[in-house]
Amino acid sequence: MKFTSLLASAAIALGLATSAFAQDKTKVGFVYVGPVGDGGWTYEHDKGRQAVEQHFGDKVETVFVESVPEGPDAERVMTQMALEGADLIFTTSFGYMDPTINVAKKFPDVKFEHATGYKTADNVSVYSARFYEGRAVQGHIAGKMTESNIIGYIGSYPIPEVIRGINSAYVHAKKVNPDVEFKIVWAYTWFDPAKEADAATVLIEQGADVILQHTDSTAPQAAAQEAGNVITFGQASDMSEYAPMPRVSSIIDNWAPYYIARTQAVMDGSWSTTNTWDGIGPGMVEIGEISDAVPADVKEEALAMKDAIADGSYHPFTGPLKKQDGSDWLADGETADDGTLAGMNFYVEGLEGEIPQ
Amino acid sequence: MIVLEKRPQPSRAWSFATPLVAVLATMVFGGVLFAVLGKNPVEAIGTIFWEPLFGEFAFYYRPQLLVKGAPLVLIAIGLSLGFRAGIWNIGAEGQYIMGAIFGAAAGLAFYPLEAWYIFPVMVFAGALGGWVWAMIPAILKVRFGTNEILVSLMLVYVAEQILASVSLGLLKNPEGFGFPGSRNLQSYPSAYNSELITGSGMHWGVVAAFVAVIFAYVLLNRHLLGFHIRLTGEAPRAARFAGVNPARLILFCLGTSGVLAGLAGMFEVSGPSGVVSIDFNVGYGFTAIIVAFLGRLHPLGIMLAGFLMALTYIGGEIAQSQLGLPAAAIQVFQGMLLFFLLAFDLLTNYRIRAARSEVA
Repeated sequence: MKFTSLLASAAIALGLATSAFAQDKTKVGFVYVGPVGDGGWTYEHDKGRQAVEQHFGDKVETVFVESVPEGPDAERVMTQMALEGADLIFTTSFGYMDPTINVAKKFPDVKFEHATGYKTADNVSVYSARFYEGRAVQGHIAGKMTESNIIGYIGSYPIPEVIRGINSAYVHAKKVNPDVEFKIVWAYTWFDPAKEADAATVLIEQGADVILQHTDSTAPQAAAQEAGNVITFGQASDMSEYAPMPRVSSIIDNWAPYYIARTQAVMDGSWSTTNTWDGIGPGMVEIGEISDAVPADVKEEALAMKDAIADGSYHPFTGPLKKQDGSDWLADGETADDGTLAGMNFYVEGLEGEIPQ
Repeated sequence: MIVLEKRPQPSRAWSFATPLVAVLATMVFGGVLFAVLGKNPVEAIGTIFWEPLFGEFAFYYRPQLLVKGAPLVLIAIGLSLGFRAGIWNIGAEGQYIMGAIFGAAAGLAFYPLEAWYIFPVMVFAGALGGWVWAMIPAILKVRFGTNEILVSLMLVYVAEQILASVSLGLLKNPEGFGFPGSRNLQSYPSAYNSELITGSGMHWGVVAAFVAVIFAYVLLNRHLLGFHIRLTGEAPRAARFAGVNPARLILFCLGTSGVLAGLAGMFEVSGPSGVVSIDFNVGYGFTAIIVAFLGRLHPLGIMLAGFLMALTYIGGEIAQSQLGLPAAAIQVFQGMLLFFLLAFDLLTNYRIRAARSEVA
């Protein structure tokens, strides 16, 4: 047993050595959970990859594998990239967390960057964006614009990232419209146009005239367009093909600056383990153009909120706020700390229903 | 004019040849597809079939073929028994999920105790989970004559919901910061289905797959029950006269395929995957249907087909990252395989003839 394990590691080391000799470019790998043409999450990561290629030109080579299931398949794809000489690998979905850590252990010289997770190592950094900041702006617009006072929300998985978004949107919708009610549907998928369209249709049938989505396809946009008089927001990507109606604005994930910076760090040898969580301020989260379907005063307020979040004068989770069960969360003027936000597993007061357990 | 003429007896030669012809046709038409996408077809096909076996990093990919192929073979062997008798279990994916949930739950119930008996208990629980899930369509069919295709398929979606539920609740890692997914069984030595020889890819699931192949072969060729299965599929009336009890056969075939699918799920969750998570299942249960037919429902054929399928998966990933082929093209390529197989299957039962002389 010992001997064979020695043999295996020797073989892997050999593989590494040979590929290290062969390369003069920095090789950057990307593992995607969806197809690059999803028009949302993966599409934006791939735009980040293209930006890296454009920025560094001949000095980098990028490779990617799309639609990789989260689990052993992801582990194999990452191993394959590392074997083929990747210096830096971005793994762009939460479910790649354990596979990333496993593969990183086997390849101490390769740097890994895992999106939206929480496990780091000597050669594993994590990064994510403060999408909830964008949700606050969406919530404001949604609360102002709804006439039925019912806002539909398509959740992907009940994980902290998604729950944060729901809370943030709800708090800000409620602030401008006390009668507002959220209806939440869990799709249990990041990308499944058919399921997403079904969810949107169900919500619209229940009276929702605003659809917020935390899934990656444009199917809900199409469903809203068909129904008419329903507004939506682009998710992860601008989805501007649905502007000005139903898509009235969007949250855009802009990974390009981060990907370029991290690739540069690998080239310089200055790469170190980091835990990045950037929002509107540093430009990782962008608010897509607010269309003319939104009244001018609402648009102005929304932009003012965006600026306030960007310069740090306003935090989307500022007290007084209570949890759903009525217990106190944030006192007047208090802002949420990152630890609580990172593991958020409760609804704020006023939201109905339970987080699936 | 060309007409199809039914053969008096299925052609033995063609029943062996169709899988090979189908693979060749897939290569040719897949090559055309890749060429249309602007890739060198020879290079693409070469990458898919050659690279995992004999490429620079074959030392890593060859064991991965076992890891990827074993659950396919294990499930397909179970399915093939039923398929031969005309009992259609389409819900292996659900049985696979339930096996994983039962197996992982049994292991995690002991956490953090370390003991030799934990893994065997998990194996039993995994088999039980798959069996229970397959017994639902089996009993409904026997008692009420429901259609096992629909019931077993629908139960896949039920199983997926249960999987989501336990990932978020019952089996959620208490140290996971509120994120869904169970503890990682890979870091729980008593429950970890580790490689038996490091770097070989051989875990207990691979062993189980080989054992299943042998048992299925013996069962079908040397045992009365196997004879009944084949007889029921080939000549249902004759089977009835021969005293085959259809209810027992249904329970046996669905039960066995459930047990094997459950085992596959259990070995996967305790080994390569490690965690029960919402996205745990990646379609092995459905792909195994292709594998079963590609292997002509014959145990040895299934073994070869399972590894061929694993090869296209792993080679497909390599082709994606090396040549930039889109994932969808690889999926079309895999789909072609089944399509051509079914198409050429026609030649087993029919022959093609020029009809002109006969018309006159």
